[in-house]
Amino acid sequence: MAGRQRQIVTVVAIAFLIVLPAFGSDFFIDFVMTRTLMLGIAAASIIFLSAYGGMVSLAQWLIFGVAGFAIGNVVADSGRGLKLGWAPWVGVPIALVVCTLLALVLGLLSSRSTGIYFLMLTLTYAVIGFYFFGQVTTFSGFGGMTGIDAPAFFDDEPKRLYYAALVLSVLVYVGFRALTRTPFGVAFQGVRDDPVRMASLGYNVELHRALAFTMAGFVAGVAGVLNIWWNGQIDPSSISVAPTLDLLIIAVIGGIVHLEGAWVGAFIFLGANIYLRDIPGLGSIGGFVQDRILAEDRFNTVVGILLLIIMLGSPDGVTGLILRLRDAIRGALSRGDDEVVAVPAGDASGSSPPTHTPDHN
Amino acid sequence: MTDAAPLEADKIKLGLLDLTPRQVVLVRKVPVVIVSVLIAFTVVWVLFLADRSWTTATSAGSAIEEPGEFIVTFLNGLTLAGLLFVVASGFTLIFGLMRTVNMAHGAFFLLAAYIAIEIQQNMVGKTRNINPSDVSPLDWFVPAFIGATVVAVLGVIMQQLFLRWNQGQDLRQAIITVAVAVILADQMLVQFGALAQTMVWPKEVVHFFEIFGERYATSRLFMLAISLVVGAALWLWLNRTRMGMVIRAGVDDQDMVRSLGINVAVVFAVAFFVGSFLAGLGGAMGASFAGANVGTDGQWLLNSLVVVIIGGLGSVKGAVAGSLLYGMSIAFAPAYLPANYTFYSIIFTFVIMALVLAVRPYGLYGKEE
Repeated sequence: MAGRQRQIVTVVAIAFLIVLPAFGSDFFIDFVMTRTLMLGIAAASIIFLSAYGGMVSLAQWLIFGVAGFAIGNVVADSGRGLKLGWAPWVGVPIALVVCTLLALVLGLLSSRSTGIYFLMLTLTYAVIGFYFFGQVTTFSGFGGMTGIDAPAFFDDEPKRLYYAALVLSVLVYVGFRALTRTPFGVAFQGVRDDPVRMASLGYNVELHRALAFTMAGFVAGVAGVLNIWWNGQIDPSSISVAPTLDLLIIAVIGGIVHLEGAWVGAFIFLGANIYLRDIPGLGSIGGFVQDRILAEDRFNTVVGILLLIIMLGSPDGVTGLILRLRDAIRGALSRGDDEVVAVPAGDASGSSPPTHTPDHN
Repeated sequence: MTDAAPLEADKIKLGLLDLTPRQVVLVRKVPVVIVSVLIAFTVVWVLFLADRSWTTATSAGSAIEEPGEFIVTFLNGLTLAGLLFVVASGFTLIFGLMRTVNMAHGAFFLLAAYIAIEIQQNMVGKTRNINPSDVSPLDWFVPAFIGATVVAVLGVIMQQLFLRWNQGQDLRQAIITVAVAVILADQMLVQFGALAQTMVWPKEVVHFFEIFGERYATSRLFMLAISLVVGAALWLWLNRTRMGMVIRAGVDDQDMVRSLGINVAVVFAVAFFVGSFLAGLGGAMGASFAGANVGTDGQWLLNSLVVVIIGGLGSVKGAVAGSLLYGMSIAFAPAYLPANYTFYSIIFTFVIMALVLAVRPYGLYGKEE
């Protein structure tokens, strides 16, 4: 029943997104929705690993960025990097192969750790990646790369990129959901819940983690390709610690145990970034709050406060909040009924924080 | 993908491979052999092979021919390791006791640095172009101490408000500290601006001395001396006092400590105070050594992470080992890599981490959880 309801909500949401360009402004579609969809894809790769594998990865933004650098090196014909100047479409398979291989290597390297240790390990990968592209001038250097053309198909037609991002978002969402029902996906969740038991049942725990990380890396690479087409430029500071944490923040705000949360979180993040100061009344507060929190450039403070509130109040994010609200309403309506509220697949941990690491690891 | 097929009795599953027991023994030795060979090669390279003029064209000659260059590089590594230890030991102390990964550690470092710089400027009476001759030892130690104390109090406040009641939920706590770090970083940008600032060492230590024909800055040795004092104090505190004993016991078995009637909440607060204080003290040292700027917080969070991942989370001994390895690699890689490849030195950090994790997944002194 709950699964059915989830399907209906998903289909309605997708239908809404399909017709959205008909009445949204070009700015809204291009700067809010397209970016929401592509950041959502990247955040979904974090949520997939976290919700189904107990691995909170901070390396997804690195892989996202590597896709951009790969395309930049292959496609751009002047400036820094390799300057190969090949056709824009050729960059796509190259970028995806690079990202997937990188994810495989990093995944194998960190496949023995989970939880907080995995978080720290992937954070160091992210920062080392930042210094790598900064220092190794063969591939970029701190100045970064500009003038990376998207395929001509997307020229002057922001709606086309929007629809591309929408199609890929749906594919990623459906793909991840389907993956969790395959034998591999079920075993992966078993590895999350009790690695020792899974190992003694004969499952290869490290391999499952590494392969799941590889798939998530591929998805992050897809998002990275969209990003570079949207952006046209990339530099190492765009994969430094702050944006790396931003992607985690998007996943956490949306709700790190629900795949849908990725897109919800991305929308809230970007919406707050662009429209926060337009909310009536907020502009006239004045004083310390105005200077230090609501001023033009103080978006990071707002995000930090938002993240803090979410983590203190509802660790499974806005999606968790919505689900609990729904359950509360349903409970109030159907008091006395014997209807059992089924728990969605990714909702196993309920309102408890997303820690799946057992004591013995 | 379900590899649940019954295993043959004489085969053992190891990672991706099915092996006989004899092969398993051999495979287990592979990382150790690789690491030994790499260490041996590095030693031979630094001692004999590196050459300015030869095809390798390193920026420093071999240790046999140019002992001065070698000593300087070694001292660079050692002094940097001292600073790394001060910062990372605070991080590892907090984690070891409370399982809290304090992602705001780098932000605390930078905040203390800024505060110390501000106070030093007030004490000297100049806002810029402070000459070392204006700075007495008091003008260095008082700002450093105040900066570190402010940050330590801030750390305790953060712990009491946000972390005390969700003890044990490590991921939630890590993300809470991420939020604090994001807010702090942004507010520091407003308050202190985006220009690099430096703290000035006291005039007594700002000069050079000769060693094997090379000039070397006394201030770096001063930094090392502070680190040694901090290390010794930390060791005495943890090994010779009652509080230290309780903390060490808490690292091993928290429930037992609690059931012995010890007020763990107080111990936690003290550990958070000391851990944050060390980040702050490191901040003042770092600000005098390399300056403070936007982004310094992320850099020092990374440094702390690398040190504890190499050394093992929660182990002070591991912090020493990790700092030494990491500090030496930062110092030696640019000096002894061939000149055309020095920008690859960052990869060395990664290689060291990968090697350590391959042999000991929980770090050199880490305990398996």
